Amino acid sequence: MTWNNISYSGWGRAQSATGPVARPERQAALIRQASETLAPAHGQRRSYGDVALRDGAHAYDMTRLDRVLALDSQTGIVHVEGGLLIGDLARACAPRGWLPPVMPGTGYATIGGCIANDVHGKNHHEVGTFGAHVTEITLIHARGEKTITPKSGATWRATIGGLGQTGIIARAKIQLIPCAGEVMQLRERRIANFNAFLSAFDESKAPYTVGWVDATARGDALGRGIFEESEVVSGVAERDDTSKSVPLNAPRWALSAPVVRAFNTAYFNRVPENGRSSVKPISKVLFPLDAILEWNKLYGKQGFHQFQCVVPAENADVLREMLDQIAASRLASPLAVLKKTGAAGTGYLSFPMAGYTLAVDFPNRQDASDLITDLIDRTRLADGRIYFAKDSLARADQLEGMYPDLEKWQTATSKVDPNGALSTDLVKRLKLREAADA
Amino acid sequence: MHKTWIILGATSSMSRAMTRRLAKEGATLLLCGRDIVDLEATAADARARGASEAVALKFDARDTDTFAPIIETARAQAGEINCAVFVGSMPEQSAIDADPTLVAGVIQDSHTGPATFLSMLAPLMEERGMGTVVGVTSVAGDRGRIGNYVYGSAKAGFATYLSGLRNRLTRAGGHVVTVKPGFVDTAMTWGIEGMFLVASPDDVAKDILKAVEKKRNVIYTPFFWRYIMLIIRHIPEMVFKKMSI
Repeated sequence: MTWNNISYSGWGRAQSATGPVARPERQAALIRQASETLAPAHGQRRSYGDVALRDGAHAYDMTRLDRVLALDSQTGIVHVEGGLLIGDLARACAPRGWLPPVMPGTGYATIGGCIANDVHGKNHHEVGTFGAHVTEITLIHARGEKTITPKSGATWRATIGGLGQTGIIARAKIQLIPCAGEVMQLRERRIANFNAFLSAFDESKAPYTVGWVDATARGDALGRGIFEESEVVSGVAERDDTSKSVPLNAPRWALSAPVVRAFNTAYFNRVPENGRSSVKPISKVLFPLDAILEWNKLYGKQGFHQFQCVVPAENADVLREMLDQIAASRLASPLAVLKKTGAAGTGYLSFPMAGYTLAVDFPNRQDASDLITDLIDRTRLADGRIYFAKDSLARADQLEGMYPDLEKWQTATSKVDPNGALSTDLVKRLKLREAADA
Repeated sequence: MHKTWIILGATSSMSRAMTRRLAKEGATLLLCGRDIVDLEATAADARARGASEAVALKFDARDTDTFAPIIETARAQAGEINCAVFVGSMPEQSAIDADPTLVAGVIQDSHTGPATFLSMLAPLMEERGMGTVVGVTSVAGDRGRIGNYVYGSAKAGFATYLSGLRNRLTRAGGHVVTVKPGFVDTAMTWGIEGMFLVASPDDVAKDILKAVEKKRNVIYTPFFWRYIMLIIRHIPEMVFKKMSI
């Protein structure tokens, strides 16, 4: 059967879609089907909200088109299918001395998703976003396939971080970066508060940096956390296929305020006062949460939201105010991440900009939704922007000014997909494809 | 000992999962099927994931001329020669009922084609004195049902062939594993109603390779299908003939 009517959701599980989904296993089958029914594609749906969902209409599941088509060990250029997992790519190329230049927080993201969301990693300040390393993309439209490169101008910039609105990302070429080995040297140390965190980021020379923030701490300890610096070093990673899984939806109290406070305190104190250093496989450092399969079930069956924003460096203090508001709300989960970001991406809708980004998970409850709505407004007022890969709650009017190239993106997408066949639930909710009224 | 695996029907998702696992172990892979363009992609993927070598070769169960070149390519490889058979075709039973001439093709794809190939390969395996044949049949072969009895009968015939081949190769140091998958999440079952306890292709591949290692004779995958089919096989025919399961 070609179309399977199923219900599916994003990683946050707070929103879902129901509709006919096709899961082609060959490129030729995808091209054939798309010529009859053009529809948006999704991969592993590791984005949190509705960016990969399409309720009540057709969609393509790309997870069976997940092959490495060519890997040149001399140049480090790899040609892959859109459904390939970034973690699988890393496993395939690391023994040959190459790594994906940018890896998001999970190895389960697909290459198509990495392009469509122009993801960033812990090395963003050094190498920029994923799209900066893509050299060629083959898009599928109703009339067949079309290959574009950075020289393609507007179509290229509308595709990088373009939420899949310029065509189905069937294949891509990526320039890998050389690596010394398959393991990372990780240094962890405690950070006393928010300002100390900013200094730590500014002073660090490490290629990979990230901060875990205790979003329950207040007062003098506001913004305290653990600073992680790492770099790839020589060494061979042992093959380790074992991972634990969350078997059931957790009950509500599992992430209640006292439990989160206790967990965060323990997590903070687990790193000795004068820090510690260790050598771990790359995947354990870059994808720590992948060790627990389906960890999203910890938030219970009602699901969760993630708020992620980036603000320019001069407005970093807004993040401290946000953390204060979050701590006061007693709604935060243990997952809160702070990171210094480098230059903006090349896509019209690329998320990062030079500054700092904050990401915090919240349970799917009304009071948390209200808080996130508030944080989105604060982001806009601080000249920052929110990340579509994480968003599930913003309203169209809240985006005002966040993405200055939005109109260029609209022009480019309407040229390749005039009827909105590739539109998704997020695109509709935020009216992204609708040109603003004059 | 270097291992070479011939994979017949290498475009299916089950065989792709098995190809990946074999690639990680550094095997040489002869990926055989009709869609060479797609097989080339799977071969490249296998090389990237660690296969010593991976090539795409033409195999058509209905064209015996395609068989010998594959066997000759295998013969050129030193060491152990193995073969996994994933081929088969399952048109809707209603389509077959409307056009009974389709029966012959189903039997060829699922039984006589691969059986002919394996009979041509057997002397090479006997010569080497080792190697395993994995024959993927189906729980549908355990009992003829109104929904897919032509496909089921082809798989039943192939299973009986495999049993005989096992009897033959065992004497020469080889082995045959008969695999009976239940519902697997493949393009064949995508969107078909009434699927339950569906296994992923990779789970099946993992079970198959474990069975090869342990020299199991007949496996059901996932394992519980052994018990489901035990019950279904023991329903008296006078009751079964009135059922629609």
